[in-house]
Amino acid sequence: MFVLIVGCGRVGSSIARFMLSEGHEVSVLDEDAEATALLEKGQHRSWEELGGSFTVGTALEIDALLEAGIERADAFVASTDGDNTNLVIAQVAQRRFNVPNVVVRVLDPARSEWYREQGLTTVCPTQTAIELLRDAVRAGWPEPERVG
Amino acid sequence: MYVIIVGAGKVGWNLTRELLDKGHEVTAIESNSRRYATIEEELQHSAQYGDGSELWVLERAGIERADMVVAVTGDDEDNILICQVAREKYGVEQVIARCNNPRNVQHFELLGVRPVVSATDLILRLIEHEVPRYGPLHLLDLPQEKLEIIELDVAEDAPAAGSRVQDLGLPEGVLVISILRDGSGFVPTGESEVRAGDEVLVVLSPGLEASVTPAFSSPVGQAA
Repeated sequence: MFVLIVGCGRVGSSIARFMLSEGHEVSVLDEDAEATALLEKGQHRSWEELGGSFTVGTALEIDALLEAGIERADAFVASTDGDNTNLVIAQVAQRRFNVPNVVVRVLDPARSEWYREQGLTTVCPTQTAIELLRDAVRAGWPEPERVG
Repeated sequence: MYVIIVGAGKVGWNLTRELLDKGHEVTAIESNSRRYATIEEELQHSAQYGDGSELWVLERAGIERADMVVAVTGDDEDNILICQVAREKYGVEQVIARCNNPRNVQHFELLGVRPVVSATDLILRLIEHEVPRYGPLHLLDLPQEKLEIIELDVAEDAPAAGSRVQDLGLPEGVLVISILRDGSGFVPTGESEVRAGDEVLVVLSPGLEASVTPAFSSPVGQAA
């Protein structure tokens, strides 16, 4: 599988390293050339030597997306730090380049839910955190006595 | 009319003022707290603080009853999202988006956001208007209405030079709406003569351009 990941922060870089270790072909796009440091964390070789590829460019730039290989991507991950950027490029990947598997990170639960209803695969870390924290708070509390 | 304007920079602020002056109801949404404090002094309850790409902020501003949403922030991705959500989620009839980087126009189009206003494009067209060129200059494109207005220079040895408008043999769907000559313009009749060096404004249906341009340019391959 060929995976294109746009946005190389903590999330994007971790997914990239994981997919590469599983034997997939991985291409990463970020506007910051220094972001490769996150991909090479704990490694003695460069990201390219490890087998990955990296393109410097902004997410909305079609030329950068083409250079990063969007036309032959089997999967596309939108993981920049901007919700709106992620939602726009995910739709570009889906509608213009017909990438079969597009996943989008959206921090705002409301936008995440609405775009999921529109057919995008959105993942909302905020919503997940809310649920986990809520359950963790509840776990330390005795179950309220139900009144029959 | 109730208009929501997202982004109260120079463009958004002045738009809000002008629309209020014309008697419309307007809410300007601004996400920068310092900027908000400045505009709120003048606009008072017509200004709201918040990120206009967040659904609850749009809902608080009353997007459900808005007749028009204008997204004029400095970020194209925000303007695209705001207009897409306004139209598709809240059923706002009319949206207008500002495009900061002309290269992003294709993203607005792909996601069905139109019309798009790009200051860079507008200035570029004005510059092109002043520069000698070959071929037509697009002055106005109305894709939904299926109309465009183009400007053509009449070449020295063009078939049109010296002809009357009615003799140009222009196809149906094409109309010469004005002739610019010696720094002034006029609306021609069928009797008006087209001269070499004129600039001619033509309104036409998209796709007819190729049937119009030969009349105004030099015959190809016949240069003496």
